Amino acid sequence: MAEPVAEESPHIVIENLRFRRGRKVIFEDLSMRIPRGQVTTVMGPSGSGKTTLLRLIGGQLRPDGGRIWVDGQEVARLSTRRLYALRKRMGMLFQSGALLTDLSVFENVAFPLREHTDLPEDVLRTLVLLKLEAVGLRSARDLDPASLSGGMARRVALARAIALDPDLIMYDEPFTGLDPITMGQIVTLIRRTNQSLGLTSVLVSHDVTEAMTISDHVVLIADGRAVDAGAPDDLRARASDWSAQFLEGRPDGPVPFHYPGDSYREDLLGVRERRDD
Amino acid sequence: MIDAIASLGRSSLNALVVFGRAFLFLLQVLASLDIVIRRFGLTVVQIYSVGVRSLLIIIVSGLFVGMVLGYQGYITLVNFGAAEALGGVVALSLVRELGPVVTALLFAGRAGSALTAELGLMKTTEQLSAMEMMAVNPYRRIFAPRFVAGFVSMPLLAAIFSAVGVIGGYIVGVGMLGVDSGAYFSQMQSVTDWNEDVLSGVIKSIVFGFVVTWIAVFQGFNAMPTSEGISRATTQTVVVSSLAVLGLDFILTGLMFGTG
Ligand SMILES: Nc1ncnc2c1ncn2[C@@H]1O[C@H](COP(=O)(O)OP(=O)(O)OP(=O)(O)O)[C@@H](O)[C@H]1O
Ligand SMILES: [Mg+2]
Repeated sequence: MAEPVAEESPHIVIENLRFRRGRKVIFEDLSMRIPRGQVTTVMGPSGSGKTTLLRLIGGQLRPDGGRIWVDGQEVARLSTRRLYALRKRMGMLFQSGALLTDLSVFENVAFPLREHTDLPEDVLRTLVLLKLEAVGLRSARDLDPASLSGGMARRVALARAIALDPDLIMYDEPFTGLDPITMGQIVTLIRRTNQSLGLTSVLVSHDVTEAMTISDHVVLIADGRAVDAGAPDDLRARASDWSAQFLEGRPDGPVPFHYPGDSYREDLLGVRERRDD
Repeated sequence: MIDAIASLGRSSLNALVVFGRAFLFLLQVLASLDIVIRRFGLTVVQIYSVGVRSLLIIIVSGLFVGMVLGYQGYITLVNFGAAEALGGVVALSLVRELGPVVTALLFAGRAGSALTAELGLMKTTEQLSAMEMMAVNPYRRIFAPRFVAGFVSMPLLAAIFSAVGVIGGYIVGVGMLGVDSGAYFSQMQSVTDWNEDVLSGVIKSIVFGFVVTWIAVFQGFNAMPTSEGISRATTQTVVVSSLAVLGLDFILTGLMFGTG
């Protein structure tokens, strides 16, 4: 099953990725490698396209240029059937959890299993309870998604994402909006999931502290490019201008505080001209 | 002036783009219809929530519309000494026109808006994206069963509406105004023609069901993923499908009875 080179080859390779939304260029020339079996965090300021990147990797969006390979397959070139087959081996945790609101917690975790397998009911039940136990929510199985707290919803979403035993899991901002205790639980879960299932984890985050402690590998993105990459300690030691600003949370620096536009003075004096281009 | 023309042009272009998207969406849904046979259960659940949950409003409205028809019909007919013809008048008005049209309008308000809101919410909370990432095609799992449920429920609801309306007319005409009970039903039988009246009503209600459900499901799919987006899409569903039903009714009536 596993080819000899598969161990060393990166799980995801991105080369010269270009992507824009309307006129706004989100990725200019992004290249990165995501090693297999490790926790990789992609960090970047809000609005730098982290969610977009995950959607590109999952094949929900198509790049305008450049290539993305997952497991040696070029995502944008796959037929729908192949793409779906690839997605069965990827789990994704959305920023909001994205649980199906008309199903109970149990049925949410059972959902991918019911859709993709013909398991007998008792086997399915065992599997679902196993996954829920792993995230500590076995007893919450009859609850409605609406009655879960943010942290619980994210844990259910994690149980659902690992239901099909994927070999890649992607987390979109898993730490935002959580209290310190829940945050700790999620950090432990991500780490434990990565070790026990031996899968590749990709996190997208702007929480520097958590991301640095949890990751084996960090990629910093800004202005549509990967500006720095490496092990957390190396990054801290090396501290290029940009990384220093981001990692230490300074408000101004290479990343400007102001949204690009006309100068303040022109705006105040009302001499702002219309720019049609 | 130029601005006005430009904005007119822009909004017509936008309307055209939306229509194109709606058409492509419909094609995608139609291409996914095999799921309805493979997993009939999914559609049954939707028939329950789209059709069965609309029953009460349809029955109550049908009853009142039939009763009003009984009254109005009687007042006109009794002047010509033709009060016995009441059954025919009530049945024809219901089966040909009011059944399909009023049911479609109520259906758009009750089931159509609910469909749009549900799908809009699913889109806003990323449930549809999450499904795609779980390798589940939302066209098959979500849109196609809802589409078929609406399309199947509408003619059945229209038939129920007409049947209840006939009873309403009976209550007023026979029970309160003293029309002969036997005449009410025998007139009805002799006046209504299967092909001309019943079938044309059924065709209308099938067309309306198709259009209303298409609009409702598409509006949900196309809603801006925000709370205003959902409320705007819901309103749009009711407005656009009501107008579409009334406009199509005119066209269909012309086609069906214009030549015959
Ligand atoms: N559907 C869309 N249409 C147009 N622009 C979009 C859309 N979705 C995102 N964008 C734009 O793309 C850019 C990147 O968005 P993205 O959600 O990927 O950022 P992010 O890095 O995940 O931000 P955050 O940390 O706030 O989640 C943003 O500037 C946003 O305005
Ligand atoms: Mg994001």
